[in-house]
Amino acid sequence: MGTNLTIGKAINAGLRASMEHDPKVLVMGEDVGKLGGVFRVTDGLYKDFGADRVIDTPLAESGIVGTAIGMAMRGYRPVVEIQFDGFFFPAANQTFTQLAKMRRRSAGKLSMPIVMRIPYGGGIGAVEHHSESPEAYFTHTAGLRVVTVANPEDAYWMIQQAIRSDDPVIFLEPKRRYYEKAEVDTAAPIEEATPMGAARVARHGTDATLLAYGPMVKTALQAAEADTDHSIEVVDLRSLSPVDYPTIVESVKRTGRLVIAHEAPLSGGPGGEIAARVTEECFYHLESPVIRVAAFDTPYPQSRLEEHYLPDLDRVLDGVDRAFAY
Amino acid sequence: MSDTTAHEEPELIQLLTPEGELTGHPDYPLDISAEEIRALYRDLVLVRRVDSEAVSLQRQGELGLWASLLGQEAAQIGSGRALGERDMAFPSYREHGVAWCRGIAPKELLGMFRGVTNGGWDPHEHGFHLYTIVIGSQALHATGYAMGVQRDGAVGEDGTAVISYFGDGATSQGDTNEAFNFASVNNAPVVFFCQNNQWAISESTERQSRVPIYKRAAGFGFPGVRVDGNDVLACLAVTRAALNNAREGNGPTLVEAFTYRMGAHTTNDDPSRYRASAELDEWKAKDPILRVRRYLENNGLADDAFFASVDTEAEAIGEQVRTECRALPDPEPLDIFHEVYAEPNVQIDRQRSEFAEYLASFEGVGAEGGR
Ligand SMILES: Cc1ncc(C[n+]2csc(CCOP(=O)(O)OP(=O)(O)O)c2C)c(N)n1
Repeated sequence: MGTNLTIGKAINAGLRASMEHDPKVLVMGEDVGKLGGVFRVTDGLYKDFGADRVIDTPLAESGIVGTAIGMAMRGYRPVVEIQFDGFFFPAANQTFTQLAKMRRRSAGKLSMPIVMRIPYGGGIGAVEHHSESPEAYFTHTAGLRVVTVANPEDAYWMIQQAIRSDDPVIFLEPKRRYYEKAEVDTAAPIEEATPMGAARVARHGTDATLLAYGPMVKTALQAAEADTDHSIEVVDLRSLSPVDYPTIVESVKRTGRLVIAHEAPLSGGPGGEIAARVTEECFYHLESPVIRVAAFDTPYPQSRLEEHYLPDLDRVLDGVDRAFAY
Repeated sequence: MSDTTAHEEPELIQLLTPEGELTGHPDYPLDISAEEIRALYRDLVLVRRVDSEAVSLQRQGELGLWASLLGQEAAQIGSGRALGERDMAFPSYREHGVAWCRGIAPKELLGMFRGVTNGGWDPHEHGFHLYTIVIGSQALHATGYAMGVQRDGAVGEDGTAVISYFGDGATSQGDTNEAFNFASVNNAPVVFFCQNNQWAISESTERQSRVPIYKRAAGFGFPGVRVDGNDVLACLAVTRAALNNAREGNGPTLVEAFTYRMGAHTTNDDPSRYRASAELDEWKAKDPILRVRRYLENNGLADDAFFASVDTEAEAIGEQVRTECRALPDPEPLDIFHEVYAEPNVQIDRQRSEFAEYLASFEGVGAEGGR
């Protein structure tokens, strides 16, 4: 009964299912209409749902998020697309000072069921501002939920869960993995899907836990395969805020080692926070310090250097080796 | 500028018709020799050739991306040639023709699209800032630069004027509108040069503005003018007047160059998904190069030998661009850590030495070591 879908197509199908399910769901952003978005993630929605529900906005990210906030106040559930990671920043004010705080400021009287879809991460040989991993800005902001997907199954269900959430959700899409394909059982009831906030053990192992999310999950799985000396467990984080610590802690207590890999720069990245927390909760189970494999604390480089900047298979394996060196 | 109501077509400043007839314009007298017009023709042809070569290079995998200027040559050469040596330009990412006028070698432009650099040239040396990709940002930089010019007292005939380039889509950004306002309240010597090429990727100008773009200026308190962006002479005359005005302390002008993006938004784009090909045919008749050629031919101001020599030069430039592009060296891995801070930084230094050690650990492992 499964449908063979890429991550991009799965998000598209999830958007469509959400729009069919709830007439208040709107899609808005630059080029999301006739073009179907620069990655074609909204392909066909304009044709089938019309210009009232699929809005080609003026070229202004602050405007997109700010008007989405007003639409949400009026009872709509906007799904906004930010064309690339680096173009989120003009919308930072609306996101951080308004969207994230509205529930608390209104003492719960206002809900902000807004999903902000952002293709993120590098590895596609793009010019600058098209390859960044800004997740730490979002995870550092109270009031936002932050999720990311690593496979078509999650892409299909999590976009729908995000849209049904009454909290603002930053939905990060690993652009270099848009074309990864797998079977998705689109006919299953949404209630049976793994909750959006849960981490998942993507590969079982006993000697070390390798934690990754979004684009790095595939690399982590490859590393686990490549390391024939050890049995590596891979955990796909899925939700960056809140973090599902019980799943991580359970895994680390079993394996005794944790290696965290992400594309975001090392310092202030999600890995540091998780490392601190795991150290507190698993101190007597750890055989080694928590190791982080991340991008450097430098601006995202010109594309001819991105293979060195992004943690690749070798760098992840090097991190695993460092954990076993203790 | 004549006041147009919503029902009237806005006035379009034009000096040279698509048929190649030099009509001139009473408000924008242009004293120009045949030799200068031939030079403009040469510029137009050569930048188009550089551009088409870059598109091919992208197709061959030599560039990651290219944003073609096809159709916008006159807007860029006209305005670019209006700039004086002391003037400063703030481009977006498509201003290859202006870059040409500012003496930036084509290979410098290619570097960014090939991914060997994020910048390439010295903005001060050329009076041409780096390309800016985040839409609208540079309009504020230009305005601030112009405010600095004011404080330096660099006004008058020998003064400095600043120009900011952006597209029709960019007029929706807060930054662009804030720039209009900062420039206006400060009476800053800046010209806002909007190339309205009718499209912002898949969105037509109607999605960005309900009024003709040049009319926005009035609301901010400075003049706006719409010029035929495919008429190199009109673009030259109008931009020159606006720059002189700025230089003399009369504040900003918004120039809307009405033109057309004849190619795709970038090499990643497929315009057939959102616009009719008939539109392109219509604009082909208004081609910015053709009309100059017609003018020169019809008036006996250039012979076959001249056109042949420009074509030969264009071929040579195409070839040169190709060779130079392929020869652009890849940056060294440790270049990642360069020029992040002005002062020594322990955090970066540590990561650099750790990474150097890591790379060295692959030495002798194989040719692909460290990758
Ligand atoms: C802040 C920001 N948002 C989105 C983009 C993605 N983007 C690149 S070009 C473009 C359209 C620009 O249109 P316009 O300003 O008319 O200039 P043109 O490309 O037509 O020259 C968009 C949306 C960007 N570069 N920056």
